[in-house]
Amino acid sequence: MSQRISKDTILLTNAPSILASAAVVGKKEGEGPLARHFDIIYDDTTLGEETWEKSESKMQKSAVEKALEKANLSSSEIQLLFAGDLLNQCISSSYGLRDFDIPFYGLYGACSTMTESLGLASLFADNGLLDYGVAVTSSHFCSAERQFRLPLEYGGQRPPTSQWTVTGSGAAIVGQSGKPPYVRGVTIGKIIDMGIKDINNMGAAMAPAAHNTIKTFLQDTNTRPEDYDLILTGDLGKVGSDLLIDLLKHDQIDLSGVHQDCGKLIYDLEAQDVHAGGSGCGCCASVLCSYILKRIQEGVLHNVLVIATGALMSTTSFQQGESIPGIAHLVYLSDSKGS
Amino acid sequence: MNITPNEYNEMAKKASPGTKSYKTIPAAFLVGGLICTLGQLLNNVYMDAGMSKDTASTVTSITLIFAAALLTGLNLYNKIAKFAGAGTLVPITGFSNGVVSPALEFKSEGYVLGLGAKLFVIAGPVIVYGITASAVYGVILYLFKLY
Repeated sequence: MSQRISKDTILLTNAPSILASAAVVGKKEGEGPLARHFDIIYDDTTLGEETWEKSESKMQKSAVEKALEKANLSSSEIQLLFAGDLLNQCISSSYGLRDFDIPFYGLYGACSTMTESLGLASLFADNGLLDYGVAVTSSHFCSAERQFRLPLEYGGQRPPTSQWTVTGSGAAIVGQSGKPPYVRGVTIGKIIDMGIKDINNMGAAMAPAAHNTIKTFLQDTNTRPEDYDLILTGDLGKVGSDLLIDLLKHDQIDLSGVHQDCGKLIYDLEAQDVHAGGSGCGCCASVLCSYILKRIQEGVLHNVLVIATGALMSTTSFQQGESIPGIAHLVYLSDSKGS
Repeated sequence: MNITPNEYNEMAKKASPGTKSYKTIPAAFLVGGLICTLGQLLNNVYMDAGMSKDTASTVTSITLIFAAALLTGLNLYNKIAKFAGAGTLVPITGFSNGVVSPALEFKSEGYVLGLGAKLFVIAGPVIVYGITASAVYGVILYLFKLY
């Protein structure tokens, strides 16, 4: 049974496992430093579909199928899907997963959805409410651009603080097993708004949320950054990561030695011309569900905090001059079940 | 220690790298200038071919608009613009790109609600305020001429 230790943090005493995971990505991500860790790289980012929305749906579906294949499970054995994406009304998830015939919770936490879905699936598994559940999210550069920004062919320049939406999807299957990685805890993020209004500076908008969640978890568990091998944020990028380190410094917490960010890992920032780094639901999902989980399985990483960060604005709120609220959900992963 | 939104905005400003104006402004000047030179060249060629001054200017504009539309369709205009910035935005070619790119992008939502409705999503405001400004200018000119 899960044990709530504060308003925000719940420890998972049965420590469910991530039985298998899969990450599928597009061409640009497949040219990045993590290329060899991904399960499928689609050089044709349309995935043979007519619309970008369909391409993203197909990508999400293929991530789930690949994860099922790796876990040697059939879709009929999965009792619950937790899924989300960035598109209006979460259509990538609902259209991509509609053929599975599995009970479905559609989630929206912007780019924080990977840890939101993984956290919820783990909570269900920890309390014996499911044998096998799947957490999956996706994002696609082309579908996100047309919804949030400008047409792809429009000739414009991006400011240096802007981030590049990752074309990718990651799926993780959660259940009880004797094998790591285990999910040992979750901290549910609060909505934090520090008044950033620049839609081209998402990292700055989300960093305070990551700061709040990390600080809360460390306080609740009475641990320090040194107790973890890696504290991984979702898509703060370069600007947001620097701000996070700075913010925590004000609380006498030094994260610099153990912090990494999926948005900085997935691309070679200079060579691939992505400005401040990657972003999107697919960013944390594809990095976590490949490289990171693999390293925990291999025993290279022992205790890892994953904090996916989301910016909770819409194009409407932005045009109405509202600031950008951020959110960050934390999942504590470990290669041991704990005592 | 608690940080106020104002303090955080200052921190964010400091952490955010600015645009490299020493690179972007010369690039815009160079490419924008090249487009204008090309326009002048076309204009001269058309006039040498026997067109009147007015006709040659119109045909020059049409040629540039077509070239930009074609380059947009070939997915090249955005690549030039990435380097050139305002250099490709300000000339008439930028307007062409602003109309053609949403036409391509929103075709997937159909010819009426997609392409038709979204065609002027970028250029629309320019047209609205351009026409409004010219009307205001006309009134001012009229008033001046009264005296």
